Amino acid sequence: MDALILSRLQFAITTVYHFLFVPVTLGLSIFVALLELWYVKSGSYEERIKLKKLVKFFGTIFLINFAMGVVTGIVQEFHFGMNWSEYSRFMGDIFGAPLALEALTAFFLESTFIGIWVFGWDRLSEKLHCACIWIVAFGSNLSAFWILVANSFMQHPVGYEIQEGRAVMASFFDLVTNPYVLGEYCHAFFAGLTTAGFLVIVVSAWKIATDEVSREMFVRTLRRAVLFTLFGIFGVMGSGHLHTQYLATANPMKLSSIEALWETADPAPFAIVADINQAAGRNDSEIAVPYLFTFMVHNSFSGEIKGINELQREAVEKYGSGYYVPDVKGLFWSFRIMVGVGGAMMAIVMVTGLLAFYFGEEIKKFACCLKLMPLLLPLPFIANSVGWYIAEAGRQPWIVVGLQKTVEAVSPNLTAWDVWATLIGFTAIYLFLAVLAVFAAVRFINRTKITEEVE
Amino acid sequence: MDLNVVWFILIAVLFTGFFILEGFDYGVGMLLIGRPEAERTQLIRAIGPVWDANEVWMITAGGASFAAFPHFYASMFSTFYMALFLMLMALIMRGVAFELRGKIDNADWRTFWDGAIIFGSFVPALLWGVAMANLLQGLPINAQMHYVGTFFDLLSPYTIVAGIFFVLLFAFHGATFLSLRLADERLLLDLRKKSKCLGAAAWLAYLAFTILTAAETDVMEHTSGVLIFASAMGVLSAGWEFARDGRQHSAFTTTAVTIAMTTVGLFVALFPRLMVSSLNPEWSLTIYNAASTQNTLFIMTIAAVIFVPIVLIYQGWTYKIFKERIKTV
Repeated sequence: MDALILSRLQFAITTVYHFLFVPVTLGLSIFVALLELWYVKSGSYEERIKLKKLVKFFGTIFLINFAMGVVTGIVQEFHFGMNWSEYSRFMGDIFGAPLALEALTAFFLESTFIGIWVFGWDRLSEKLHCACIWIVAFGSNLSAFWILVANSFMQHPVGYEIQEGRAVMASFFDLVTNPYVLGEYCHAFFAGLTTAGFLVIVVSAWKIATDEVSREMFVRTLRRAVLFTLFGIFGVMGSGHLHTQYLATANPMKLSSIEALWETADPAPFAIVADINQAAGRNDSEIAVPYLFTFMVHNSFSGEIKGINELQREAVEKYGSGYYVPDVKGLFWSFRIMVGVGGAMMAIVMVTGLLAFYFGEEIKKFACCLKLMPLLLPLPFIANSVGWYIAEAGRQPWIVVGLQKTVEAVSPNLTAWDVWATLIGFTAIYLFLAVLAVFAAVRFINRTKITEEVE
Repeated sequence: MDLNVVWFILIAVLFTGFFILEGFDYGVGMLLIGRPEAERTQLIRAIGPVWDANEVWMITAGGASFAAFPHFYASMFSTFYMALFLMLMALIMRGVAFELRGKIDNADWRTFWDGAIIFGSFVPALLWGVAMANLLQGLPINAQMHYVGTFFDLLSPYTIVAGIFFVLLFAFHGATFLSLRLADERLLLDLRKKSKCLGAAAWLAYLAFTILTAAETDVMEHTSGVLIFASAMGVLSAGWEFARDGRQHSAFTTTAVTIAMTTVGLFVALFPRLMVSSLNPEWSLTIYNAASTQNTLFIMTIAAVIFVPIVLIYQGWTYKIFKERIKTV
């Protein structure tokens, strides 16, 4: 393996790992902020003690996750220059601006106010303290916006010119109003709500089953988290659908590859499963629903969708000879995993919600099921990871669609040995820290009681 | 003054902010060495609310370099590949350590994470010194701005001295910061004693650094750079006096000023270059051949003019909220 493929592997591993924590930060910051708002507005003395403990309880889970997100995020910022110097040269005029703005407008905000929030319980008024976590939530989500502005340019370049062999910014306004940003941002934002909500559901279910004295409060968080998560799931579905429709104009190659549609069709069928033969440019066999793909894209039963083979011919005409088709099999199945996992989560959350609202504290009689809930926790993380795989693998062989290929982007001074060393190093430290962070979080969750006793 | 110069100054400002603020965080981290747990907890508590935001100065300096001087960002980060990898490992351990050390009530657990904080503070301090000296001394960079050396080309007596100098200066700076933030009299007295040695060591390292800079780089052609280093040494010796006399505010101010002057001196010596090529002066990266377009620089200037003061205001507010000294645990 050469420095290029190793660098890609390293970026994939570190990004996916980073994005285990990011959606939790995006969503849980908002959930904790809502909890604190509930605390600030609540009346009775006992209630306030318990709510404050609850805010700190989920706040602590948030902080462990936040720390992991921050440290793995620094790696990503350095990564562009370390492994992708030619990309950075080609794209710096455009890509650097959102990255710098992310640090300047969002990272400062979240890191400053999280410090105040953690240490400021006795130094600020309740309202001001509550405002701090809202600012953290705002800062986190603002940072997601900026980084997705940068990513959207790679997926769908707008507002640029090519000067002296590099891409330069023609319009900052076009860059931030790239329609691609809207789809990506909404999808990521709602995925954050879903992931964090699901985490709260799992933790609450576990506490209901295992911690009698705290049960009452966790039934309440469970109910709230169910609503929070469902809101997220519907948002993910809606934004995902609209974004996919937009892909038909923004990047038809990615869309047709996701659906393994090799030949142009009107109306196009939707393949549920397919035996994909990329070398031959067809599916050896498939089970498909007629009309469905066209209907999903055009909201009507007629409408053409271009197949991969025709798009490949068009790309050769436009960019010269080469193979412009991404990994169809990977995209096709990733998409089905993502959608399938999303559907499963919706069902799980709805059933849990029905039980929580119908039985209230009596939900404890399902303790054996609730105790198994942690086994489901990987679901949102799987969906998030394959989702990013689709987004990033779907633009290959380009690093910036139509402008720069991935092979042209890697740092020329790196040897395979360099990248092997760092790849192994990052992977090892990430695994090590995952074990310690999960250990600390689980132990904290199990040992913390939410009761009205004053500490 | 064109926008390229403006951005050179802004990058220098960001690095100055980074070295002053994160400098005392690194220093406090290093000062954990050999202390009993109760003291370590107090030291960490002193930077607890602020270290994360201080680290963002580095991230912003990196991001701003990317936006304003993409070739500088690309060449610097790929050149320092292995060094930055080590730094990232250190920063990862350190960042997680602050969060996890208190999550489990067990002495071994805390000792492990405190070790991570010490390691995670020492390594970046050392490597930033090495890196800054390398930028100025010159690196084998070819006409395409690509680094053609190896990791070991980054290490020379001069760059290692610069690294040690950063370590000692930050450690001393950390000690003067702690003298403002702690309440425990015995601990304060102990730090004052330590400051005596640290201040002297930092001053000697500064002397070695200045002499080697004069010998190993072309700084003598920019005499203002040498003058700044020399006067910074004067400020540092005053800081040493203040620290010994227990004049805490003055001591901290002088170490902060020393770091600011050192950073400014480095950038003055570099100007208008960003990275010096040791192969051919023509191949050095400058604020013109490494820059973004005027359009991007203009937009980023507006953003910086608006947001840097806002950041300073709310970050300053944190120090006001947490100005009370840390009570003995």
